[in-house]
Amino acid sequence: MISYERIINPVLANVRPSGIRKFFDIAGSMNDVISLGVGEPDFLTPYRVRSIAIKTLEKGRTRYTSNKGLSELLEEISRYVQRKYAVSYDPKTEILVSVGGSEAIDVALRTVICPGDEVIIPQPSYVCYEPMTRMIGGTPVILPTKAEHDFKLTAEELRAAITDKTKALILPYPCNPTGAIMERADLEALATVLRDTDIVVISDEIYSELTYGGVRHVCPASIPGLKERTVVINGFSKAFAMTGWRLGYACGPKELISQMTKLHQYAIMCAPTTSQYAAIEAMRSCDDEVAEMLEQYDDRRRIMINGFNRMGLTCREPRGAFYAFPSIQSTGLTSDEFCEKLLYEERVALVPGTAFGESGEGFVRASYCYSTAHINEALNRIESFLKRNGMYHS
Amino acid sequence: MNKKILKLLNGNARMKTADIATVTGLSQEQVIEEIKQMEQIGVIRGYKTVIDWEKTEAAYVSAIIELKVTPKAGQGFEEVAKKVAHYPQVESVYLMSGVYDLSVVVKDKTFRDVARFVATELSTIESVTSTATHFVMRRYKELDVELLEGVEDERGNYLL
Repeated sequence: MISYERIINPVLANVRPSGIRKFFDIAGSMNDVISLGVGEPDFLTPYRVRSIAIKTLEKGRTRYTSNKGLSELLEEISRYVQRKYAVSYDPKTEILVSVGGSEAIDVALRTVICPGDEVIIPQPSYVCYEPMTRMIGGTPVILPTKAEHDFKLTAEELRAAITDKTKALILPYPCNPTGAIMERADLEALATVLRDTDIVVISDEIYSELTYGGVRHVCPASIPGLKERTVVINGFSKAFAMTGWRLGYACGPKELISQMTKLHQYAIMCAPTTSQYAAIEAMRSCDDEVAEMLEQYDDRRRIMINGFNRMGLTCREPRGAFYAFPSIQSTGLTSDEFCEKLLYEERVALVPGTAFGESGEGFVRASYCYSTAHINEALNRIESFLKRNGMYHS
Repeated sequence: MNKKILKLLNGNARMKTADIATVTGLSQEQVIEEIKQMEQIGVIRGYKTVIDWEKTEAAYVSAIIELKVTPKAGQGFEEVAKKVAHYPQVESVYLMSGVYDLSVVVKDKTFRDVARFVATELSTIESVTSTATHFVMRRYKELDVELLEGVEDERGNYLL
């Protein structure tokens, strides 16, 4: 008899499946559930982008591209990053087109992490960094960020976490799920800590186009002393509502990008060709569409934050991404208890903060990738829930 | 005039004052006042509902009618446009560039009603030289709202 237990890599076997899966399976089996759980835009990919993709298919542009991506796209990415974030990358040597941002994060980690190396991961944050680090024998060093610092990573916290084994730092800003952003001064403070080290910064900037209140995203690579150690990860999913196209990119020093390209070449060959053509159009001509989506996210964001605060679930202003991260500590419940009870009693699906790391305890994530009518209905139900359970403190 | 409020109301005329206030950062009283002013100066002319008549029992037919008009000296198209606009069956009237002059959207209970209206009313207006009637067979989108079936949220609850 074959023993799969013996066959399967124990490191992988010990990676917890996404804790939320079970929860959403329950939600999926219930009727009339109203979800604020989804982490992808409700908008469709701008029509002109879809149209270009169709045209390239009609023309039969269906073959592999070069490993790094179409040169036209690499050039467009270079122009875009320069235009938006004032950082220059050579399209020939410093950019790699990947299958979503996720693949770029994975190859960036594989490029620098050896067994035993430490990777500093601020949490609460997106769920992939820790398992990806473990799978290659790295040691995740979890750095809990704090609500009182608006979930920013501070220089003191970073300094205290660095050891002689530290190889990489994940910078997940704008942050899913907290909505935190890092401003120039915040990044300059980190730069003073990092400047004389060999620590690589893997900066996951997938939400970079989604910042609010007139504050623009600051790319860490634009800070003196950081560019030579930073791999910028970005992609098309969030800004251009292109989640299903699976297209992202990495920009960084050519010494790192060339190694990352080897991994990408052997595992993936190249990112999807149709998506690459679509992406050129997205970067070239969709500023208006992106601005319109941003405006709508901002409207919803305000309604949601106001709603949570009104009913006593303290919610700091998320300044990026498309999530609110209210505190549910006033209810006396854990995040898991709160979400489960809310689901069963009012059929509203939120994500417990603990899904994004232990430091997410006491918080829940609510996405505002929904119409205002949908958000208002969910808020009304949450309000009823709190009132019925004596947890309403306005 | 508050363009942001206009945009919000154009998207959803029933948006609650409280939500408009939250989104714009104004107080509810200020929002009410802004809207009242825009109504008074005629920027906001009315509020309508987008109805999918096919889903109702109501008899409903509409047509787009192209009118060619001989403009009157000193009046241009104004007089005839006003005359046409007064009919209760007429939903909208536009002065057009191109091969005809006025585009008139007419709605009524039956095809025959519309046909009679064109024959006995529109075509008999003195300065109207010709009419071309195009009946609407199916409506797919109305005032930005798609009237299609099966537009569901197909997003999965993946942890992203």
